[in-house]
Amino acid sequence: MANVTLNQIRKVYGNGFEAVKPCSFRIEDGEFLVLVGPSGCGKSTLLRMIAGLEDITEGELSIGDRLVNTVDPANRDIAMVFQNYALYPHMTVRKNIGYGLKNRKTPPAEIARKVDEAAAMLNLGAYLDRKPSQLSGGQRQRVAMGRAIVRDPALFLFDEPLSNLDAKLRNQMRIEIKALQRRLGVTSIYVTHDQVEAMTMADRIVVLNGGVIEQIGTPSEIYHSPNSTFVASFMGAPPMNLVKAQLDEGTVRLDCGTAVMAAPAGRSGPVTLGIRPEDVRIGSGAARFDIALIEELGAHRLLHGQVAGQPFTVHVAKETQVSHGPQPIELPPAAMALFDTATGARL
Amino acid sequence: MKRAAFDNRWLPILLLLPQLSIICLFFYWPAWQALRSSFFLQDPFGFGETFVGWANYTRLWTSSEYLKNAGFTAIFSLSVTGLSLAIALLLAVKADTVLRGAKTYRTLLMWVYAVAPPMAGFIALILFNQRWGPMTDFFAMFGWDLQVRLDYFDTGFVMVVASVWKQIPVNFIFFLSGLQSIPRAVREAALIDNASGFSRFWTVTFPLLAPTGFFLLIINITYSLFDTFGLIDTILRNNPGDNPVTLVYQVYLDGFRGQDIGGSSAQSVVLMVLVLALTIMQFRLVERRIHYT
Repeated sequence: MANVTLNQIRKVYGNGFEAVKPCSFRIEDGEFLVLVGPSGCGKSTLLRMIAGLEDITEGELSIGDRLVNTVDPANRDIAMVFQNYALYPHMTVRKNIGYGLKNRKTPPAEIARKVDEAAAMLNLGAYLDRKPSQLSGGQRQRVAMGRAIVRDPALFLFDEPLSNLDAKLRNQMRIEIKALQRRLGVTSIYVTHDQVEAMTMADRIVVLNGGVIEQIGTPSEIYHSPNSTFVASFMGAPPMNLVKAQLDEGTVRLDCGTAVMAAPAGRSGPVTLGIRPEDVRIGSGAARFDIALIEELGAHRLLHGQVAGQPFTVHVAKETQVSHGPQPIELPPAAMALFDTATGARL
Repeated sequence: MKRAAFDNRWLPILLLLPQLSIICLFFYWPAWQALRSSFFLQDPFGFGETFVGWANYTRLWTSSEYLKNAGFTAIFSLSVTGLSLAIALLLAVKADTVLRGAKTYRTLLMWVYAVAPPMAGFIALILFNQRWGPMTDFFAMFGWDLQVRLDYFDTGFVMVVASVWKQIPVNFIFFLSGLQSIPRAVREAALIDNASGFSRFWTVTFPLLAPTGFFLLIINITYSLFDTFGLIDTILRNNPGDNPVTLVYQVYLDGFRGQDIGGSSAQSVVLMVLVLALTIMQFRLVERRIHYT
């Protein structure tokens, strides 16, 4: 077990493209950290630098107080689970799982014991003598997990391990991976572009955009107090409503003129107002919400429409009666966040 | 697979006819002629033939010249196949790790492929020329007085060198594309699982290259046995004397120069059986141990 420290880590490719701008954070022992962001945001590059599959251009990387910038991947005491499983197609499941141990001169009896143990944990016992080509996608992903578990490493790295699985299997594996990590207590870094995976699995989330860290925090912090409009719109399904508004004389007004909240003094001009769809109260209030579409989701409903001429979504419980057309809504000031319209940063 | 049905039963035969006629004309008919001729003794001027049974064959096993050439052919084929595969694999592995200028390296290694076998033999003759060949000078530095076409071993050596040189590009291209078709993530997983590059190569890369290697093995044995004819003929300047020749070259010598049609036919039948046995054996033994993805 170990903590991991990134100090001003930067990645510039040969063609001059800066994939990761200098970034620093620390992962505590036993923590499950999720790197999330849209494709091309540098999250995979960051993970691959931690794994040693990609050179670190600048900065210092330590795993368990040992500087590992120039250490070979095999000697970093890490195990990695790849998106497309990356199993050795010519080896049986047993050999796939035991390969890393065999190369570390583990006695055969101990390899056999550990492989059996991991196989039992992952329900792979019946498939140990099969080749990867004879397994289903979910089983292959389990073998990849087994290969990581038997090594008993200081750090697990996951590179979008569930994105090749179908939705049902993905939900199931998500829970299994999280439970397994809890049980083993191994520090883990998990890369995904799926914000649901990030929210449900993480102890802490790092949101990346364009090679820059937008925010680091617990799922609850990220969700309820996003640092920027990017985080607000990327996390959550449906995302946070972002509405253009005007700030003057200590009051925030929507474009239609409705005053919605008192604002910090000493500022004026355009701002962006953010509110989560489930925080909006419908049925009374000063603002008007023009409902154009009602999405029935069983447990709740999503109402899509416009507020002050801008797209807006409201989440209501299944008991709430609604109909198309204008409705009064209330925006509780405590649930609202204000962002700088130009920079997207939280005010 | 979709099954197509023809209404007219002659149409499919018509469509197959060009291919079938080529196979019959250039393979089955000559093969049958060789098989038939091998049991006869022909008049050199074509006035007739006499049935001699297995005499043409038994003559081979008692001929010291034939046995000597059979021995040379075995050594020649093994060296050419082994060396051209090994060197090409080494070059491919090295070229695969090169990122910058990869295309230039590939082209430099490839152009030899465009050289015709007799031309390769001619180039070898120039390089190993006894008076002014640069390679002869090179080996002279080590005290080896190379005498092509005068010394039995030296001639065989130059034949092997030229044949290997000619065959490396084909092997190289196949090995390189084989290497590049190994998924990147599998190699990266191996990087994390195994610190030793040497061990990684033999436990992950090489087994995944095995299908390519197996295919090349057959191609190379066939090449060294048969396609080196032009190269050998150029090196010997159509005049073998006491120099080493492969069995295929001896078929030509005995049949066309010696006018011994029966003996030459018997030799080609032996070669045919050899290739057949070799192919069956390879598929039986080797394919079982090879993983095809």
